[in-house]
Amino acid sequence: MMDKKNKAAFKPKNPKMTLLRLFSYYRYYKGLFIFGILSIILASLGEVAANGMLSPIIDVFVSGGNINDALRFILIMAGFVLLIALGQYMGNRTMARLAQKIIHKIREEMFAHMEKLPVSYFDTHSHGELMSTFTNDVDMLNQSLEQAVSQILVSIVTVIGTFIMMIIISPILTLVVAIMLILMFVIIKYIGSKSANYFRNQQLRLADMNGYIEEMMSGQKVVKVFNYEERAIEDFRGRNDELRKSSSKASTFGVMLMPIMGNLTFILYSVIAMLGSFLVIKNTLSVGNIAAFLQFTRTISRPITMVSNQLNTLFAALAGAERIFSILDEEVEKDEGDVSLVIDCNGKGNHCWKVPKADGNFENIPIKGYVTFKDVDFGYVAEKQVLKNINLYAKPGQKIAFVGSTGAGKTTITNLINRFYEINDGAILYDGVDIRRINKFDLRSTMSIVLQDVHLFEGTVADNIRYGRLDASDEEVEEAAKLANADYFIKHLPQGYDTMLTVDGQNLSQGERQLLSIARAAIADPEILILDEATSSVDTRTEKLISEGMDKLMEGRTTFVIAHRMSTVRDSNAIMVLEQGEIIERGNHDELMAQKGRYYSLNAGTIELD
Amino acid sequence: MKKLLPLMKKYLAYAILSPIFMILEVLGDIIVPYLMSKIVDIGIANQDIDYIIKVGLLMIGAALVAMILGVSSSFFGASAGYGFAAEVRQKVFEKIQGFSFANLDTFQVSSLITRLTNDCNTIGQVTMMSLRMAIRAPFMMIFALFMSFTINKSLARVFLISLPLLAIAIAAILSKARPLFFKLQSRVDRVNGVIQENLTNIRVVKSFNRQDFEEKKFKERNDGLMNVALKAISYIIFLMPIFNIIVYSTIIAVLWFGGKQIILGTMTGGELISFITYITQVLMSLIMISMYFMSLLRGSASVSRIVEVLDTESEIKEKINPITGIKDGTISFDNVSFIYPGSSECTLKNINFNIESGETLGIIGSTGSSKSTLVQLIPRLYDVKDGSVKVGGVDVKDYDIEFLRDKVAFVLQKNTLFSGTIRTNMKWGNEKATDEEIIEALKHAQAWEFVSAYDDGLDHIVEQSGDNYSGGQKQRLTIARALMKSPKVIILDDSTSAVDMTTDAKIQKAFKVDLPDVTTIIIAQRISSIQHADRIIVMHEGKIESMGSHYELMENSPIYMEIYESQQKGVIGE
Repeated sequence: MMDKKNKAAFKPKNPKMTLLRLFSYYRYYKGLFIFGILSIILASLGEVAANGMLSPIIDVFVSGGNINDALRFILIMAGFVLLIALGQYMGNRTMARLAQKIIHKIREEMFAHMEKLPVSYFDTHSHGELMSTFTNDVDMLNQSLEQAVSQILVSIVTVIGTFIMMIIISPILTLVVAIMLILMFVIIKYIGSKSANYFRNQQLRLADMNGYIEEMMSGQKVVKVFNYEERAIEDFRGRNDELRKSSSKASTFGVMLMPIMGNLTFILYSVIAMLGSFLVIKNTLSVGNIAAFLQFTRTISRPITMVSNQLNTLFAALAGAERIFSILDEEVEKDEGDVSLVIDCNGKGNHCWKVPKADGNFENIPIKGYVTFKDVDFGYVAEKQVLKNINLYAKPGQKIAFVGSTGAGKTTITNLINRFYEINDGAILYDGVDIRRINKFDLRSTMSIVLQDVHLFEGTVADNIRYGRLDASDEEVEEAAKLANADYFIKHLPQGYDTMLTVDGQNLSQGERQLLSIARAAIADPEILILDEATSSVDTRTEKLISEGMDKLMEGRTTFVIAHRMSTVRDSNAIMVLEQGEIIERGNHDELMAQKGRYYSLNAGTIELD
Repeated sequence: MKKLLPLMKKYLAYAILSPIFMILEVLGDIIVPYLMSKIVDIGIANQDIDYIIKVGLLMIGAALVAMILGVSSSFFGASAGYGFAAEVRQKVFEKIQGFSFANLDTFQVSSLITRLTNDCNTIGQVTMMSLRMAIRAPFMMIFALFMSFTINKSLARVFLISLPLLAIAIAAILSKARPLFFKLQSRVDRVNGVIQENLTNIRVVKSFNRQDFEEKKFKERNDGLMNVALKAISYIIFLMPIFNIIVYSTIIAVLWFGGKQIILGTMTGGELISFITYITQVLMSLIMISMYFMSLLRGSASVSRIVEVLDTESEIKEKINPITGIKDGTISFDNVSFIYPGSSECTLKNINFNIESGETLGIIGSTGSSKSTLVQLIPRLYDVKDGSVKVGGVDVKDYDIEFLRDKVAFVLQKNTLFSGTIRTNMKWGNEKATDEEIIEALKHAQAWEFVSAYDDGLDHIVEQSGDNYSGGQKQRLTIARALMKSPKVIILDDSTSAVDMTTDAKIQKAFKVDLPDVTTIIIAQRISSIQHADRIIVMHEGKIESMGSHYELMENSPIYMEIYESQQKGVIGE
């Protein structure tokens, strides 16, 4: 993954389109953008003019002219200097602020878009990659927008302005400068192309090194118990040396640029001084002209060096922008549901599905929790079917357990009910309504899900329980915690319900996290419950608390459970035994045991469960 | 930094040559404007074309030499910087290889990774910068100032005003902006925190319909980030305009006062022009120096993090003339207590037991009852606080550590495979192992069945951390890997939790029948995994609650009975 990313990291595929799209963000701030550009142009022109003033000022003094003329020229020059400072302040400030605002907007768009992406997107894209786009790519873009845009502008204006001034003063010397500049360009290009290859090679070595470090550090305890230290050190030495060599090569070309460009400027300076002096002797040039020209050699080469220095960063930023836009271009979760939820439709606290009819009227169907699978087929990708011909029927309050070995499709079935994935064929009915017709938001608000891997949020314990229902009162939070058997351990936390959880609740034990997630599901008070029982080993006491909490939660709700515990399975109204995407046995515990089929052998413990 | 400097030794020549060449380059750059003033003042004044050509070529020559020196200096600088970084990285890696388990517990994996990657890279870059900028800028400034004072002492006094002025301006701006940059970093972390959280929790967010809620949370933090960024910018943005005002004001002052001197005849035109060049050089150097200090701050944090690793010593020390022979696989704990470093309470208290060579011992108990801690003392992954642990009748502290760990194979609870092939992973246990030996170990661990099903068999690829194998397969492979050592003692720390019971039973049988002389210690959550062990220890809060066979414990251990009861109805099986 690292390698793939690094190869792609430096070359934008379609720089022109990306650039255009990036610039389209400036449209929100048209006025400011134009103001910023004008200020920068003004500052650059001011700099050219100020340096141009050197010529008449020095000439006045050298030729012994009127000192008042000199004073007047100096005042004009001071005026230009003020222009530089003012223009630079306004221009840079505006452009930098614009960059911040645009990055802010892009970040917001990315996040909002991410929230709308279908679950399948997150299956096929690694978190690391997405995170890197969110952080590294956005950061790189930020830097480039903040600096590169104005620097490129400054360079263009300065180069053009300076050339105009130079041609006015001396066309011959201008020709010399032009030739030297072309030479500089050739050198930059040569070094650039050379270093790009080495740079890529270095990045590959770096990725290799980072991958190795990550693997070894994560397995360091294994290294110790296998006495592998010496071999690891030798292995590391080889990679480290490769990295050193490739880095030295890559950066030599990079850092060579500065001294070469700097001293080429001095060579240009020398040539101008020499040729200029000839021209002065021939009386076609003044000493002041030389002074101005010498200053110009510096002002003209500085922006070129600066921009060429930034070119690598700029390309990397564009490649990053491409990745950002490709996230923004991902298709969002579809929702064409026209059936919506009506809270308390009969005045007795019951909820209804509001189903539009062909004649334009609506029908209110009370929500009970009937779920029917009719000939459901599903595959994550079109070529590979994961579920085949699934049929099942759950009455309100019933508990349906799925059992089967790893990859049999248990989790997949539960993910279809809340439409994390869309079925390929068949239908899933909820109180007789096809779930594809139900607005997704409403559909999901009638269901709660307790996942095997518990994920919590940064915030207090109460915040995390309240995640199930944002307007829940403190009493309701506590009630839910009590139902989930979580109240006891929460009360023993340092700040009770106000205890802050670190990222993903890492300061809680596995069992405590599970209890919290049960409380979170309980407070939502859903019609349908989807449970994925954890297999991870927790101690006996907590295990007992969890199973009691789960049992209380399941009471009176239609429950789909991916079961690992015997008690859960035994208590189920129906058990579906899945194998390779098909229901091969169904019935309650006693019926299935009597069949002596797959379920029976699962019970005998001869099949690996996940 | 002092601690790290000896690591520069290998690249010392580069580290010395780079600044020397740099200083020479600066001299070249300083001499060029001076020669220019001579051309103007002598060449033009005397209409001496020969002189102009002669000095002109000298200038070009000086610039060319400076270029060569500059390029060499860069080359040496880069070699020294990256060489130094590589040496530091190697040293840190080697140090970590010598870390004990206790050391590894104090540093976290992610923090060790950052130290080996980012921090080492930063040190390399800062070294390069130091060799270039830290030398170049001050010398440039000193030389240019020297030239200015040589040319015209009274005029050079403008620097007495403009230099301190610029220094104060830079200091004022940076002191305002610096705390904001730290704040900015924490704001960035806050934004990234929400993103990370939403990536891992996306299913929770979606199933609870909390997209809008999360967006609001993100928006708040994103706004906060932008506000701090805008504030930081509002200070930094002053830098360039102020720099330009000071530079040009100095030039104007020099033009005015210098011009008057030209009229008086105490200064020449050429001198004035070269003076202007020196002004830019002096003031630009100051900006460079301040930039260097900014980057140094970043580097110093990295250096201290690296030094922290290098200063850490493993508390597990080998005896002089350690023992490298072992009698058998007997194990005895004699009044053992253990305390984790930094902890205030003993994790293990007064542990006493003996196991015969070839015996199978089961250990069970709730989480936090210190089962893992107990067995980690046997291959001396940690040192006891009191009492002694003996293997083959000899205190583990008297063994050669490498020898001891070869004889006591340990299958860790949090285990991992390494990228490569099944063969390369198996060779971790024995570098010279033949295919037959590997296959035999795989058979004992009941892994050969699925490995032989692959077309490429032992050459089947293993991805990073073995992610292309199921939990049960991974556990069986790690057991096989441990068997490759042909140990006297093997410890399985909850190593069959993902293996189905039939296979688990087969592994136990293979151990008993095929490896009768190997002492086997099995930690498990499932009673079925240890039920047939010769003896079972029930751990409770760091103490041995009871010890005996399954049937004995069913009679007299309340904890064991409770576990048995709950598992009878709790888990699919039995």
